[in-house]
Amino acid sequence: MRIVVCVKHVPDLQAERAFTEQGWVDRTQGDGTLNELDENAVEAALAVAEELGGEVTVLTVGPQDAEDAVRRGLQMGADHAVHVLDDAIAGSDAFGTAAVLAAALRALAGQEPVDLVITGMAALDGLMSVVPTLVAAELGIAQLTLAAELTVTEGSVRVRRELDHATEVLEAPLPALVSVTDQSNQPRYPNFKGIMAARKKPVTTWSLDNLGVDPQRVGAAGARTRVVEATPRPPRENRVLVTDDGEAGVQLAAYLVENRLV
Amino acid sequence: MTISTAPADSTILVLVDHTGGTVRPPVLELLTLARSIGRAEALWIGDGVEPVLDTLAAHGASTVHRAPADARGLVPTVAGTVAAVVERTGAQVVLLSSTFENKEIAARVALATQAALVVDAAGVERVEGRLVTTQAAFAGTWTLRGEVTTDRAVVAVKPNAVPALAVDGAARPDVVEHPAVPTQAGPDVTLVERVERAASGRPELGEAQAVVVGGRGTNGDFSAVEDLADALGAAVGATRVATDEGWIGHEAQIGQTGVTVSPRLYVGAGVSGAVHHRGGMQSSGTIVAVNSDPESPIFEIADYGIVGDLFTVLPQAAAEIRRLRG
Ligand SMILES: Cc1cc2nc3c(=O)[nH]c(=O)nc-3n(C[C@H](O)[C@H](O)[C@H](O)COP(=O)(O)OP(=O)(O)OC[C@H]3O[C@@H](n4cnc5c(N)ncnc54)[C@H](O)[C@@H]3O)c2cc1C
Ligand SMILES: Nc1ncnc2c1ncn2[C@@H]1O[C@H](COP(=O)(O)O)[C@@H](O)[C@H]1O
Repeated sequence: MRIVVCVKHVPDLQAERAFTEQGWVDRTQGDGTLNELDENAVEAALAVAEELGGEVTVLTVGPQDAEDAVRRGLQMGADHAVHVLDDAIAGSDAFGTAAVLAAALRALAGQEPVDLVITGMAALDGLMSVVPTLVAAELGIAQLTLAAELTVTEGSVRVRRELDHATEVLEAPLPALVSVTDQSNQPRYPNFKGIMAARKKPVTTWSLDNLGVDPQRVGAAGARTRVVEATPRPPRENRVLVTDDGEAGVQLAAYLVENRLV
Repeated sequence: MTISTAPADSTILVLVDHTGGTVRPPVLELLTLARSIGRAEALWIGDGVEPVLDTLAAHGASTVHRAPADARGLVPTVAGTVAAVVERTGAQVVLLSSTFENKEIAARVALATQAALVVDAAGVERVEGRLVTTQAAFAGTWTLRGEVTTDRAVVAVKPNAVPALAVDGAARPDVVEHPAVPTQAGPDVTLVERVERAASGRPELGEAQAVVVGGRGTNGDFSAVEDLADALGAAVGATRVATDEGWIGHEAQIGQTGVTVSPRLYVGAGVSGAVHHRGGMQSSGTIVAVNSDPESPIFEIADYGIVGDLFTVLPQAAAEIRRLRG
């Protein structure tokens, strides 16, 4: 079983996050991390490989710092890492990112067939949740997204997913793409052994040229939207903080009525 | 690069979400929004459009397109159907409501029709002929305005972006039938099982005008939260702690990995306001928080904060609201 996990490097949620003047996510703060939700994807892949045998490759598309994301994947236990790094990728929209990921996945499959692609449910910077479906579309493989539960056998994959109005169980033959939710597992922490072992694992770096991707298709050049303004939300005004003296419920009701919220 | 200068009479195609034969409320908001940027047309996938034609027309749909549904309702097939109608109608903008499934549909439609893609939009307008969208970012702490640089755009809009407004004297819309999209020779996915969730009797969380949310502070007892929700006609939501504990179903989880809500009124009870939770509610209109810990971070974003015990404050507020309403 050969599994590739797509992982993204994102600004730390707990840190001050910002946009650059161009309206791109500011990645210069130096406190980026592996997207938390991609830890679930790495965990899912490791669990399958441990059960059925096989190898796990972590794949990222991003600037120099993004190498930290695949390093973290290696520390958790992944076997190989690929980092697609190219200045032309900066400013990519979801289509650009998906096109590069798909090209890298094709290149990996060219070396040795890939059975399963696993992604997180969303990158916690843009929170779009669309890259997985776009990658599956580019590759023409089945998508089983938002898996809360995942079962893989030699030839097929089955997921349970909880949607807004229903719960579904889907099954597909491999190869397929699965995105997993934070419900699907509890990601492991890298242990000392894992951290030491990761030091010896190389990270393969590919450029767009290596992948045969036209730079015009990706990056700011290929983006179909442009941020014209990025502004921090102004603090809420007229905020009220009261301590309950036995009447706070009554006061709250009055506030809601006064502000026409009931 | 072409800059979109779509005329105001361009076709805006609204994908109609429906369950049990009825139109989901956000669709009416989308039709209202569509009218502000062009000519609103609706797309209904499946059977049983007849009974809702008047509702769609009353909110501005001049034409209703109908296409057959695939029994499995899988994202790639639905997206293929929408893309075919987009090509046939020459629609310049597709609007749909921003649920997890619709975001994936939007992405595939945009990929297939070379359109720009915007998800979780809080607003769409036309500025000097160009389409401009508004979005919240970084857990609602930033606002982005983005411009579409292609001739076509697919925009998934969050519920409650605009109030749904009816039009006067709407005529019965034309109904245009579209053929089934041939099943693409492609990956074969089996729908093993699909269990529809029973309706709760309360408004849908993602669509509600008011939401009352319980966190760890409820200690598993949601009765006070439900009581206030019912007094307000609100939906009931929860933090991940509450859903992980099994106090309430996962579908009630609000936050970055749950439902994103932007109701007019959010009430959080026994909720600390962790960044993961804030990401799903910070763009709400008015935020009320009831928490016994004055240091709780939710007070940093609350318009009206009460330091107190939710088990006394909520029932008192519910009773007073019922009394004031008579
Ligand atoms: C990858 C990831 C994704 C996540 N996604 C989400 C998400 O989508 N949504 C989400 O909600 N969380 C999410 N979380 C979890 C999140 O980080 C927090 O742990 C969670 O939101 C905290 O829930 P809480 O506020 O109910 O509990 P706590 O943080 O424990 O807060 C409970 C609060 O209740 C107050 N309290 C106690 N008793 C009373 C009383 N009687 N009356 C009034 N107040 C009382 C306390 O003072 C406290 O402030 C995610 C975490 C991770 C790692
Ligand atoms: N630049 C990237 N490199 C690798 N994987 C990515 C990248 N962007 C998105 N992904 C994957 O796609 C998932 C969803 O991302 P998004 O659609 O951006 O919310 C993430 O959890 C990752 O698994």
